[in-house]
Amino acid sequence: MSVRNRTLFSFALMVGLLLAVAFLQSWSVTLAILNLCLISAIMALGVNIQWGYAGLFNVGIMGFAALGGVAAVLVSKAPVVEAWSAGGGGLFVSLICIVFTVALSVFAYRRLPQGRNRVLCLSLIIVVGYFVTRYFADPAIAAIEAVDAAKTGYLGGMGLPIMFSWIAGGLFAAGAAWIVGKVALGLRSDYLAIATLGISEIIIAILKNEDWLTRGVKNVSGLSRPVPYEVELQKNSWFPELVEKLNADTLSSVALADRSGALQKLVIEYSSVFVKLCYAGLFALVLIVLLVLSAKALNSPWGRMMRAIRDNEVSASAMGKDITARHLQVFVLGSAVVGIAGAMLTTLDGQFTPGTYNPLRFTFLIWVMVIVGGSGNNLGAVLGGFVIWFFWIEAEPMGLWLVDALTSGFGDSSFIRIHMMENAQHMRLFLMGLVLLLVMRFSPGGILPEVVHRRKKEE
Amino acid sequence: MTEWFSNDLINALVLISNFVLVPALSYGSQLALGALGITLVYGVLRFSNFAHGDTMAFGTMAVILVTWWFQSMGISFGPLPTALLALPFGILAAGILCIIFDRSVYKYYRQRKSAPVVYVIASVGVMFMINGIVRFIIGPNDQRFADGERFIIKAREFKQMTGLSEGLTIKVSQGLTIFIAVALVIALFWFLQRTRMGKAMRAFSDNEDLALLSGINPDRVVLVTWVLVGLLATIAGTLYGLDKSFKPFTYLQLLLPMFAAAIVGGIGKPVGAIVGGFVIAFSEVTVTYAYKKFFKYLLPENMEPDGLMQLLSTDYKFAVSFIILVVVLVVRPTGIFKGKVV
Repeated sequence: MSVRNRTLFSFALMVGLLLAVAFLQSWSVTLAILNLCLISAIMALGVNIQWGYAGLFNVGIMGFAALGGVAAVLVSKAPVVEAWSAGGGGLFVSLICIVFTVALSVFAYRRLPQGRNRVLCLSLIIVVGYFVTRYFADPAIAAIEAVDAAKTGYLGGMGLPIMFSWIAGGLFAAGAAWIVGKVALGLRSDYLAIATLGISEIIIAILKNEDWLTRGVKNVSGLSRPVPYEVELQKNSWFPELVEKLNADTLSSVALADRSGALQKLVIEYSSVFVKLCYAGLFALVLIVLLVLSAKALNSPWGRMMRAIRDNEVSASAMGKDITARHLQVFVLGSAVVGIAGAMLTTLDGQFTPGTYNPLRFTFLIWVMVIVGGSGNNLGAVLGGFVIWFFWIEAEPMGLWLVDALTSGFGDSSFIRIHMMENAQHMRLFLMGLVLLLVMRFSPGGILPEVVHRRKKEE
Repeated sequence: MTEWFSNDLINALVLISNFVLVPALSYGSQLALGALGITLVYGVLRFSNFAHGDTMAFGTMAVILVTWWFQSMGISFGPLPTALLALPFGILAAGILCIIFDRSVYKYYRQRKSAPVVYVIASVGVMFMINGIVRFIIGPNDQRFADGERFIIKAREFKQMTGLSEGLTIKVSQGLTIFIAVALVIALFWFLQRTRMGKAMRAFSDNEDLALLSGINPDRVVLVTWVLVGLLATIAGTLYGLDKSFKPFTYLQLLLPMFAAAIVGGIGKPVGAIVGGFVIAFSEVTVTYAYKKFFKYLLPENMEPDGLMQLLSTDYKFAVSFIILVVVLVVRPTGIFKGKVV
């Protein structure tokens, strides 16, 4: 099969799977899966930029996605004026302290000669800076968290439309990636992995504990939406009319007395489908834009340079390419894409819940998507996002069905049967690992391997 | 006046021992054992094993299941936890698991001499599989399996014994952790330094080609390494579970401090892993401890601090291992004991 046919066939199969769910379960379920497939695909695209283009092993995806989530809160929520007046000044002063400390440390690091004195001096600056910052920040934070703690207790956001947060999320993640990259890039690949694992855990810890910023584990719910609400749709006049028109046949077969009740039910069902469709449209738009940009980048001289660096750092460096700078660049870009997806995810959820970020789901699952889909191939990563998310969700009903069938001989009260039915959902982790290992072993390029033009096969 | 002062000083020291020294020593021992496993894999097989936390969880799970079985049969180990009797079974299970995964997954890449990062991704796959197995068998929730005596010294007894106002508590699990860790480390070093197999492993780790030339059987070296990894992981996991509690997710999160410990000490160096484990544990505990009471004893009454005097909240303990990691990466990437750089 040619590359083109293979791609078309794989995507057609994926559409078929989604349609099968639509007819076997419901359209609502399909669209819910589709929306998360789209977001997963964007995350996988981001990871593919880092891994597929440049061979950077980032296992901090969870952190960058969470930063996107923070952006959704900080952009869309209305500012809490009382909290700002209670602690805004103090926080501002402590922010200046932080900036001053960092600037001073950088200055000292650059100006002082290497040796014990420099280490001592730097430590002193950081320790003093830390305590001065705490001196201003602590009372300010306490004051902010005391403002109507049950409802707010945080600074709030900027009150802008939530769509802006998708850009802001990308910027936040890019900023964090720049800092991590400065430290860990240029060292061995394993060190980057461990450093990113660390930064993602820290980001989550900060989000869980800094209540003044994001309310911590108290969660921020009721984020605004870029699409209409179901209830509004149901109240509007055009929407029920449209539903009535679409279902004229079915409705006419219902007895006249029950007709308005049946219509009411349909309108509720359709409104939820309509909202999900709107989301799907927005997400698909973002995915397509990013996909086009990545494809352009990959096929440009820049993309060829990145691949050259990935395949042989020594020779690329001999050709005068600045490896560390290019790695930093691609690391920041990829993380920004993940941040965008993270903001979109929080937008879709309508709430920000730091407690739900889990490295298996937000970091390692994305990796499975990229490897299974095809690292180095943008469409492959997107397909991987779709396939893996689909099976991640559908493995649960399938696994339950399987366990049910396998253990039906034990009888309903059997301990083994009950235990297995309860824990069947965890088998999907096992399944994901197995799929990853099988693909790596038997089809290392993934479902859609990287397309390499004009290159002879390596020996 | 002097007596009052010295009494306060002793109280302050007891306070610190109780809340910082003893917990950090036992946590450090657990981390050191975990980091030893990581460093062994790194030294011999040359990759960062992301599945190590889950290997620990698997071994511990086996120990817990056997412990429950023993308990149901009425077997106990007197004042010590029954889990110690179940340890050999857990070690066996974890060792077999490691060898199965080596034969089915890593061996293939070894033969093809794949890049280290390929192993790392494969270990992520293995991590998923073990994680799924553990959750499937024992569930994702907290499990307690400690039994027997709980304390070596209770705070109240200590107070009565010494007449101090601060008590010192040492849990059996803490005492056991430190004792077992010391014994295990001595045994491991004896094995690595004195036995033929241990020497072969070190030679293999230093220079693979040279080791192969001198007739060392690489398959045996790899096999023994995995058995040791299973042993260290199970013991570290069981001790951690006895000391705190067993939850699969917590074991996954232990990866970061364990990696930090291995790297800080110098990855690939067993001594480094031990030192690194204690460095990380002591930093975590000292930085997240609230010193309010400590200063209350030491400072004159009118200078009592009003805050908790806590540098970082306990939830930021990951940040501590991370910051140490970053400092080491920037200042001395090979770690304290000049570890490997592949």
